[in-house]
Amino acid sequence: MSDSKDLLRAPFELAYNYKRSSGPVMSEFFEALGQQKILGTKSRAGKVFSPAAEFDPETHESLKEMVEVGPGGSVESFSWIEAPQNHHLIKDPFAFALIKLDGADSSMLHMIADCNEADLSIGTRVTAAWSETSDKRITDIKFFTLEK
Amino acid sequence: MSAEDTPKDYSESPINLEYFYTAGSATTRFLNQVKEGNIVGQGCPKCKAVYVPPRGSCPRCGVATDIEVPLTDKGCIESFTVVHIPIPGNPIVPPYVCAMIRLDGANISFLHLIQDIDIKKIRIGMRIQAVWKPKEEWTHSLENIKWFAPIDEPDVDVATLRFQES
Amino acid sequence: MKRVAIVGYAQHPILKNAGALNEVELIMPVVHQLFNDLGISQKDIDFTCSGSCDYLQGAAFAFVEGLSAIQTNPPIKESHVEMDAAWAMYESMLKIQMGDAETALIYGFGKSSPGDLDAIISLQMDPYYISPLWPDRVSLAALQARVLLNQNIISQEQMLATVMEARANSKNNKNALITDLIDESDYLNNPMVSSPLNKLDCPPISDGSSAMIIASEEKAYEFTDHPIWIEGIDHRIESSNLGSRNLATSNTLQASIKQLNLKNIKFDVAELHTQFSHEVPFLKFLLNLQDVPTNLSGGPLVGNVMMCAGLDAVGKTYESLKENQLTHGLAHATSGPCLQHNMLVHLEAKK
Repeated sequence: MSDSKDLLRAPFELAYNYKRSSGPVMSEFFEALGQQKILGTKSRAGKVFSPAAEFDPETHESLKEMVEVGPGGSVESFSWIEAPQNHHLIKDPFAFALIKLDGADSSMLHMIADCNEADLSIGTRVTAAWSETSDKRITDIKFFTLEK
Repeated sequence: MSAEDTPKDYSESPINLEYFYTAGSATTRFLNQVKEGNIVGQGCPKCKAVYVPPRGSCPRCGVATDIEVPLTDKGCIESFTVVHIPIPGNPIVPPYVCAMIRLDGANISFLHLIQDIDIKKIRIGMRIQAVWKPKEEWTHSLENIKWFAPIDEPDVDVATLRFQES
Repeated sequence: MKRVAIVGYAQHPILKNAGALNEVELIMPVVHQLFNDLGISQKDIDFTCSGSCDYLQGAAFAFVEGLSAIQTNPPIKESHVEMDAAWAMYESMLKIQMGDAETALIYGFGKSSPGDLDAIISLQMDPYYISPLWPDRVSLAALQARVLLNQNIISQEQMLATVMEARANSKNNKNALITDLIDESDYLNNPMVSSPLNKLDCPPISDGSSAMIIASEEKAYEFTDHPIWIEGIDHRIESSNLGSRNLATSNTLQASIKQLNLKNIKFDVAELHTQFSHEVPFLKFLLNLQDVPTNLSGGPLVGNVMMCAGLDAVGKTYESLKENQLTHGLAHATSGPCLQHNMLVHLEAKK
């Protein structure tokens, strides 16, 4: 009784389409992305978090003050993917990166594309490249590219 | 004023994941039989309970159910409900009956459809039999059975179906 | 605190692809082995807790099917964590501390082979800012690896040494998935998955299950003459705001070290839930384990059953102490990107 004869396999796809409430802080952040502006929230101590955080992760202060940051920033870390997988949004080689936008004290996870691995190091300056259409999601920033 | 002008207070989060599901040895044995038009339950070597569809293990005893027990496609209704909501993607027209089918010789029931019936006549204990799709359409699935329909046999007293420790 | 001991542990051979075996069929052998080893049955277990990820199986509440593997009639006291089974062990500890149980059965299980593990794990994160970008677990780990390399907290040589040592140690674990040795050129020529991590820096896709029984002091000696005591257990989680974390250190581990007074203990052995090679020198540095034999089982790099590997670190530490008559062991379990959530377990064999 071979294993391959007994192996019943079937492909299936699990799909859900959730609509999540954004709340006041993130709604404003996503609205601004729709206008190609990147916002951050500022704590009483003056620390700025972008993407806009609802709470200061250390002090737990509720954050409401919005400030504009970016669109340029510097690379805090990156990982280069020469062979993107099926689920990746970018099909050519690209990097995931933590980018500290100008004016922010925390970094944003996003992607860097339209460059080579050799162009990137910690500290490289990058700037936001925008999607043609806006869905008011984090993907309105299509990816980041090298600052000219 | 279009919908785009109003601020959006929700984010869409589409999720889709792809899998290659494997059935497991017990389910595989069962479905291989169903493909041939046979319903074969699996029995527990300790308490002798017969499970269909089988899950490979007996919850009473916590051991593998490795005894193959051929069953017929006849049984009775252990419970039922009349559904008035259509099934997405299924041509069935409400109202229709979903029932817990207890096959002769099995110790548990499973969910399936009842058709070819006057809904007002449906009752617990009613004898029913499977109505199969044409043989050419059989696959590894209980969907080979289109539905169960009433047969002309006396009702079963469901109290007698209670598990007897042997 | 009530004294609690590990009295048994069993691990299923780690498989690349369990094939026809489903989750129930993976769990049954390890639970049965434990019961046989200890001469007990489900009736001797006051509380059962499992750890698994429904989305490895592709359905909400999929873990409930796992319960088909154990005797649930008469009804049992049971719980589940949607996490590594190390946290099922933690919940069981709490149950015993609260006096609701004297014995607990813990099991973890997972089949990574049917689905796309990278896609699944990327959906476990912030659904507004992170998951829509579908960042895979290797890329996220690589972000931390690069920070550590850049700040000279770890080196490439240490990563290579970790991979080679893991392969060499795999012979100590009959259940390991990967046992073939590699040499330096295999590593240096290996293609990057997500730089700076290559395929050898990453754990193999694995299917399997593990089980463990813990018992209060009252019961422990009924099961074994050699209970291994859980002297300390602590877990902490950092913010899910990845961009606000300092990836060059671990606030959670530092807090646990302090809480468990680990600085004053000389460990004989340690097992770390380090899925990526850079995490070994990093954690050894943070936990001061430079002179301590670490991951003698080979660790996750030679077999990494999702939802079990953390429990396995505890189980392998337990086995080391028991089989080699050692005294102090440290086990580590983790969850979330870049070592976001960490658990430390101090095991002690009292003479």
